[in-house]
Amino acid sequence: MNSTHEKLAQSLKLTLDEDQLTNCMRCGFCQTACPTFIETGLEAASPRGRIALMKAVVDGLMEPDESFRSQMDLCLGCRACEPACPSDVKYGQLIEQTRAAIAAEKPYSMPVRIVRKTFLQGVFPHRRRLKLIGKTLSFYQKSGLQKFARNSGAMKLFPDHLQQLEQALPDVSGDGLEELWSKAGFPYRRETTDSGSGLMVIPAAGDTVGRVGMFRGCIMDVMFAPTNVNTVRLLRQAGFEIVIPEEQVCCGALHAHAGEMGDAKQLAGRNIWAFGEANVDYIASNAGGCGALLKEYDHLMHAEPDERLSQAAVRFADQVKDISELLHNLGRPLEPIHAEAGKDDAAVAVTYQDSCHLRNVMRVQGEPRQLMSQLPGVQLCELQGAEVCCGSAGIYNLTQTEMSTTLLDHKMEHVEATGAKVIVTSNPGCLLQMKWGIERAGLQNGVEAVHLADFLAKQVRIEDQLD
Amino acid sequence: MLESVIRELLIKVVGGEWFKDDPESLVSYSYDATPLYQAMPDGVIFPESTQQVSDIVKICSKHRIPVITRGAGSNLCGGTIPLQGGLVVVMTRMNKLLEIDSDNLTATFQTGLNTKQFHLAVERTGLFYPPDPSSMIICTMGGNIALGAGGLRGLKYGTTKDYVLGLEAVLPDGSILRTGGKLVKDAAGYDLTRLLVGSGGTLAILTEATVKLIPKPSYRKAMVAVYDDLHAAARTVSNIIAHHIFPCTLEFMDQPTLQVVEDFAKIGLPVHAKAMLAIEQDGNADDVERDLKQLEEICLASGAVQLNIAKTPEEGAKVMEARRSALAALSRLRPTTILEDATVPRSKIADMVLEVQRIAQKYDVQICTFGHAGDGNLHPTAMTDARDPEEIHRVEQAFAEIFEVAIAMGGTITGEHGVGIVKAPYLEWKVGEAGIKMMKSIKDAIDPHQIMNPGKLFAETRKRIIYQDRTEAVGRTTTQDEEIQTP
Ligand SMILES: Cc1cc2nc3c(=O)[nH]c(=O)nc-3n(C[C@H](O)[C@H](O)[C@H](O)COP(=O)(O)OP(=O)(O)OC[C@H]3O[C@@H](n4cnc5c(N)ncnc54)[C@H](O)[C@@H]3O)c2cc1C
Ligand code: SF4
Ligand code: SF4
Repeated sequence: MNSTHEKLAQSLKLTLDEDQLTNCMRCGFCQTACPTFIETGLEAASPRGRIALMKAVVDGLMEPDESFRSQMDLCLGCRACEPACPSDVKYGQLIEQTRAAIAAEKPYSMPVRIVRKTFLQGVFPHRRRLKLIGKTLSFYQKSGLQKFARNSGAMKLFPDHLQQLEQALPDVSGDGLEELWSKAGFPYRRETTDSGSGLMVIPAAGDTVGRVGMFRGCIMDVMFAPTNVNTVRLLRQAGFEIVIPEEQVCCGALHAHAGEMGDAKQLAGRNIWAFGEANVDYIASNAGGCGALLKEYDHLMHAEPDERLSQAAVRFADQVKDISELLHNLGRPLEPIHAEAGKDDAAVAVTYQDSCHLRNVMRVQGEPRQLMSQLPGVQLCELQGAEVCCGSAGIYNLTQTEMSTTLLDHKMEHVEATGAKVIVTSNPGCLLQMKWGIERAGLQNGVEAVHLADFLAKQVRIEDQLD
Repeated sequence: MLESVIRELLIKVVGGEWFKDDPESLVSYSYDATPLYQAMPDGVIFPESTQQVSDIVKICSKHRIPVITRGAGSNLCGGTIPLQGGLVVVMTRMNKLLEIDSDNLTATFQTGLNTKQFHLAVERTGLFYPPDPSSMIICTMGGNIALGAGGLRGLKYGTTKDYVLGLEAVLPDGSILRTGGKLVKDAAGYDLTRLLVGSGGTLAILTEATVKLIPKPSYRKAMVAVYDDLHAAARTVSNIIAHHIFPCTLEFMDQPTLQVVEDFAKIGLPVHAKAMLAIEQDGNADDVERDLKQLEEICLASGAVQLNIAKTPEEGAKVMEARRSALAALSRLRPTTILEDATVPRSKIADMVLEVQRIAQKYDVQICTFGHAGDGNLHPTAMTDARDPEEIHRVEQAFAEIFEVAIAMGGTITGEHGVGIVKAPYLEWKVGEAGIKMMKSIKDAIDPHQIMNPGKLFAETRKRIIYQDRTEAVGRTTTQDEEIQTP
């Protein structure tokens, strides 16, 4: 056996959970849920196939060669296979373990390495650097440089998919949630925890139904800060007091999915500590991708030597809720703006694309739909294949462009078939991907993609009015 | 590894993209849903047309390469394991629904078509194709036909074999055979259609099929009967049949099965009950309501402690959907689940449930039972661990005895999952020496070079076990202890 393959095989034998591997009884029930199987029809590109490949390596039937690695890379990590599996095989853990072993053993190709290193270690964990990127983006957009770049053809120097992605980028101000909130003149106060870290505390509108820690996210708070503002406006209106711990950091999801478990754990530890100190009932997430990892901090930290930390992780995971769960199940009902409108032609036609991790890991699918369909001014048209990944999947659209665009183009065909004017999503990655999809399908003039929080904020009565 | 000349020939037929022999592909077509079996093929090929299939088979025939036809690989009898290597022919690209003929009430399709997709398409036209194996979300119509698949509606509607009217098949020499047609009656010579149904890829590759459809029942209603005694539930089944009522579905689940299924499906199944029957009737509304009334009475009289009638068809569908996950859900309990589908005449179902319990105790193995009770087709499933050879040995002994008991009751070793590798050693127990001889001569005549799915169906017959203590229970007078070798 080739020596890198041998090293990888050894580390896979050590890292892969053999019980999970044997728990797969090879019934194949997961296959129809798997986007890469649906697209290729190949057993190896299905969850059952990938698990069999992992097991074959562990059993010494096969060496983890290039094709093994690329098959693992082709997996979106969307985890649609998990709710479909009657045997309760934890596929997410298996692919994570596999990727961790691959990341540790074998270097990626140059361009992929640069993307991974720059973003995973250089940017996401550092709030200031992310903001700087935000500011640069903002400058790029405002200064006319963006127009120049687009018109001059400078963008043509980039690969196709990057060009299209660039067009899908939202307008960015560089301000995060806290700055926007205070600039808007909305109510808040500052508190300090016992250990001296800062909290921004936003009072509930009316009676308080609970105290919620707001997880603002890293990309979310730079690229989609206004969505964070709307999230807080909605939560406040529904009766939650909102606490924003200043010490919180990136959730670590992109690191975990890329197999960089050490980094992910370090970030998790900081978040567990920051929200633990803030003394909250719930932790609100408005990004399915982040929420899912937050929800799995218990699993991520279960082997931590410090027992207090692993126990705190269990409590943390328990408290994590998607905003749709908070608004639909726990908060005061929100009052629709178009209370009397009735479901006439004037109703806006909307369709909902599930965020994979919200649906498959947090197991939230009904709440976002119900929040929208109970609004008189909204007509919710179910999207065929809404549960199938859109191809965004973290940085998948940058590393596996071909599969990603195939999935996206099929998705847009289904969107067109609904006739909806608005695509609502619950995750920034999906939102960007949908925007990119709209550009690709040439639907810019008829269809827009928005985050659930932004959509709801326009449809219900809220005290804090933005001008 | 296939010789490079042969690779070239095969690639010429299907194109480079659709022939694979890299390690990843070989591993991923080395197994199916059967526990404990895995063997590597030498190549995998994905034909697109009957002509391509014929060309492929001609090459394999000439060079004596084993041909293993594969649908979705969901079978439980080891039917697609390339025991002797060879070429796996994956049929899933040939998945076109060619016609739904509502004048003749037939449908014609390529065999790689997915069963669930087929059901949906048929039902959209107001017609109905009853055979519904639990695996229908993934399995193919070709796999269903090749194994004579059953499902949840066997009691009233029969199984796949009752619906196939005609076939197109590629024979081991590459010639293309067409049998039957859109005909309800056909007495022209040997019934080749029936011969190929259930042949498990050992005689031919099925490429197209025509099946019979029926009008879709206008009304359906389901109920769940709950028991605190396993035997009472099984007795209910016999009582229902004795009253000459044929519900379309009559499914049985014991407590451990109920619990894991509820764990997965979360639809509020009675997890504290010892057993449950899921019963569904279809037809016109009046008949269904009348039958349901009578079924309720029979259930209560036979010892049901609780009845839940589904309020909507969707609620009923959810119960049946959950039941379909039973086998896979059971593997939550132990790493390996080995299921058999010994079948008895339906009046014997209660006796069989007791026998399974007794045998489980005797060999000290955990056996959960669920299944299509209405048609006598139980699925005793052993919960075990493939990594423990001693326990696996006991499981094998237990199953051998279960087969023996089933045959003694006038039953069979498999009701719907087929023989494949797993039940080959027991085939002779069921069909006898003359039966094996006839089957072998058919096989030799059609496939003289033994290239079609070798190692399946025929194997050295297992020695029968001696036992005395249960002859009374199954009403047999003599105990057999003969060693039969395949000729
Ligand atoms: C969880 C679970 C539940 C199940 N429930 C049921 C059930 O309720 N009832 C039931 O009957 N079965 C059931 N099965 C078994 C299995 O799904 C059926 O046997 C099904 O018919 C197999 O179809 P397939 O497409 O997967 O065929 P495969 O597994 O790919 O092949 C099955 C056999 O048919 C042959 N074959 C396949 N296609 C062709 C073809 N075109 N021409 C010639 N030969 C061919 C193969 O060589 C093999 O011998 C279940 C399986 C699982 C895993
Ligand atoms: S559904 Fe679960 S048990 Fe079945 S093949 Fe997929 S992962 Fe394995
Ligand atoms: S995570 Fe998604 S892409 Fe990966 S195997 Fe599961 S369903 Fe398929």
